[in-house]
Amino acid sequence: MTKWNDLLEKNGKVPPWPYPIRYDEEHEIDTDILVIGGGIAGCWAAISAARNGVKVAMVEKADTIRSGSGGPGCDHWCVTPANPHSKVDPDDWAKRLVEHPVHAGQPPTEPLPLAYSNGIGTQIQCREDFDTLLELEQMGGKIRDVDDEYVGAEGRYDDTKFMFSPRMSPNHATEVTIRVWGTTFKPALKKECQRLGVKIYDRVMVTSLLTEGGVQGAKVVGATGFNDRNGEFMVFKSKAAVLATAGNSSLWFLNTELAGYNTFPNSRTKCGDGMSMAWKAGAELTLMEQTGMHMIGTGLKHTWYGGSGDASFENLQQVDAHGKKLPWPLQGWPDGGDMRPSPEGMQKIIQGIKDGTYALPFYGDFPAMPDIERRVTWELMLGEESTTKNITNSYEKAGFNPAKHLLMNFLLMEGNGPANWRTSGAGGLTVDWDLKSSLDGLYVAGGQMFAAGDHSYAASTGRYAGRKAAAYVKQTGESKISRDQVTLEKARIYAPIKRSDGVDWKELHAGIARAMQYFCSEYKTGLLLNMGLDALKEIEEVFVPRLYALDPHKLMRSIEDLCLLTHGQIVLNASLARQASSRPLNFFRIDYPEVDPPDWNKFITVKLENNKVKTGEMPLNYWGDMKTNYEARNKDYTGVYKGK
Amino acid sequence: MPQKQIYALPNIVSPANPVIFNPDICNGCNTCVEVCQIDVFIPNPEKGKPPVILHPDECWYGGCCVNHCPLPGAISFNWPVQQRAYWKDKATGKVLRDSQ
Ligand SMILES: Cc1cc2nc3c(=O)[nH]c(=O)nc-3n(C[C@H](O)[C@H](O)[C@H](O)COP(=O)(O)OP(=O)(O)OC[C@H]3O[C@@H](n4cnc5c(N)ncnc54)[C@H](O)[C@@H]3O)c2cc1C
Ligand code: SF4
Ligand code: SF4
Repeated sequence: MTKWNDLLEKNGKVPPWPYPIRYDEEHEIDTDILVIGGGIAGCWAAISAARNGVKVAMVEKADTIRSGSGGPGCDHWCVTPANPHSKVDPDDWAKRLVEHPVHAGQPPTEPLPLAYSNGIGTQIQCREDFDTLLELEQMGGKIRDVDDEYVGAEGRYDDTKFMFSPRMSPNHATEVTIRVWGTTFKPALKKECQRLGVKIYDRVMVTSLLTEGGVQGAKVVGATGFNDRNGEFMVFKSKAAVLATAGNSSLWFLNTELAGYNTFPNSRTKCGDGMSMAWKAGAELTLMEQTGMHMIGTGLKHTWYGGSGDASFENLQQVDAHGKKLPWPLQGWPDGGDMRPSPEGMQKIIQGIKDGTYALPFYGDFPAMPDIERRVTWELMLGEESTTKNITNSYEKAGFNPAKHLLMNFLLMEGNGPANWRTSGAGGLTVDWDLKSSLDGLYVAGGQMFAAGDHSYAASTGRYAGRKAAAYVKQTGESKISRDQVTLEKARIYAPIKRSDGVDWKELHAGIARAMQYFCSEYKTGLLLNMGLDALKEIEEVFVPRLYALDPHKLMRSIEDLCLLTHGQIVLNASLARQASSRPLNFFRIDYPEVDPPDWNKFITVKLENNKVKTGEMPLNYWGDMKTNYEARNKDYTGVYKGK
Repeated sequence: MPQKQIYALPNIVSPANPVIFNPDICNGCNTCVEVCQIDVFIPNPEKGKPPVILHPDECWYGGCCVNHCPLPGAISFNWPVQQRAYWKDKATGKVLRDSQ
């Protein structure tokens, strides 16, 4: 009796909507700092702003306790060159990461010929990431083996009880990645926010940024949103806002039913909302033309982590169907946690499959591992990674015993996803050394900024953005909201609930995704990209006015579609602006086939000015000398929190 | 054979059961409803009963509902058929599957 149709059969009627409907109500909240998105970066921004003595409101589409990509957990705290066991200097490590931004696996010893990195965020991460981790421990997050469960495991230091991962540390050369018990993190962060008096608005989807006088490009003075359970409209007035809704997971995904399978690296809740609202407010974005290949999910493929070979399967030898060892990295100490063979190595394996050298299917040979390392990988890493506790729990329940069983590796059986199923790349807002966007009053943290890193990047940049926004708030005046802007937004948001028939969110989502698949995929030309813009405009003019939503939940999904639509338009405009092909951007134009010509080795920026697209450019190292600039702006940095 | 009432229902969205509740253990505290990122569940109209699965098609399969439930065994994770994994017994060579 747990499905809605069971209730229908039992009671002969459809269950009523369980929450009171409040479409007609409006709530106004006045705060110093408004944090948009209560994921990893958002929570850290809220905590650090509150600790700096300003009033903070945080708005989260789901419930902060487990929301976002890091909500379920995290097993690698990746970039802590300032930890006591580290063998690298934080500033050197930052430089090295920017030159070859590899967050998993052994970095090449020579700089990559070309990298599109974020020197500002990376420098902040390298300097402050370890302090951030220690603060997490103060809040109740578990970051070391205090219960002595893994004594004797390689990479465990008995004095501090820190456990290191081989990631980026071939034969212990660096010791920069710490293994952590990340399932404890999100509840600890929410609790600390509450303790500090942060006003948390859960189940509220932010829909737009409000600007001074309602003018595009002016100072950000607040935001609008609605409660996705009861439909109530919310207006937030703020002196500064921190945008932290991360990226987008589903712009090219046709299949909404199986969206849940897209488990990595984005939560289902991420639909480009922040990108879309920032764009409309006039903020500058970059790297929007980049896309990633779709690795997993959407039911087309086996889920990430479901078989051996993905990120957390450290020290696990991959073997073929007859037990022959594959030249696949061990993801262990000898190869610095490398996750995949080199492109040449991969070609050799594929050739071996074809000529019979290696028999499919492949497996991860758990029984061959020493017991302690097996426990670290299976219990700690997979237990804490995130969505993986399901895997360990349910497989064990079904009889899987890592001491006896080899787990199948689905990666090579399935091959890569089709090229038209893409993930959006590392595009996001541009930032300065205060993590301020191009708009006054708007700060950015975590996956929301361009070329962002991982969990600890989100944490340390969130913490930094909160601190800088608090300093800004102390020297800025009261904000004033434009009532006209609120009224227009309210009409836009509520339009779908005024209709009871037409196009529902799933159909619209697939329509947008199809346009992206046709016009912005593997083969790009100016003609196709312009057709893509026309296609999205047609969707906007013809089908969006038919969009209907029967309840506040479906209204949230509908508004997410509108964010996807805007995100698609940004991507197409940025793609038109880059008149060259680029390997690191996974961006290939038939009409500009030259790959990475030196003239085009630069960031292309896009923004709206008077509702017209304006493109610009920035050099690849626009942040200048990382160490000098960081130090110049952080003379007052006080390290690990010492307050109560 | 006594006929149960047959309704004119559309196809049920699938996969329909990302989780399975055990009504003997679950006390309807709705913690899982609150932690779910997606609002896959709504509270059961009948107090004390397991939540109702309303949006199974949107489930992210992150498992927070299962991992955060205070009563072990009240809710368990349920992989859709096509996502179930295979493994091999090292001693016998037999290929097995998650076929609970
Ligand atoms: C399965 C999995 C495993 C991972 N494992 C690791 C790991 O071990 N180590 C590691 O370093 N990284 C890991 N990552 C990546 C890491 O979780 C992310 O890099 C990190 O969570 C990014 O933080 P963020 O704050 O930018 O985004 P998120 O944590 O995703 O937060 C964004 C938040 O914004 C909210 N939001 C979105 N739109 C709106 C809106 N319109 N209004 C209000 N709120 C909104 C979302 O609900 C979400 O809570 C993993 C990711 C996944 C999915
Ligand atoms: S499954 Fe667990 S969390 Fe959900 S209502 Fe039942 S007892 Fe509460
Ligand atoms: S697995 Fe995640 S998305 Fe699915 S029902 Fe549970 S909490 Fe919700």
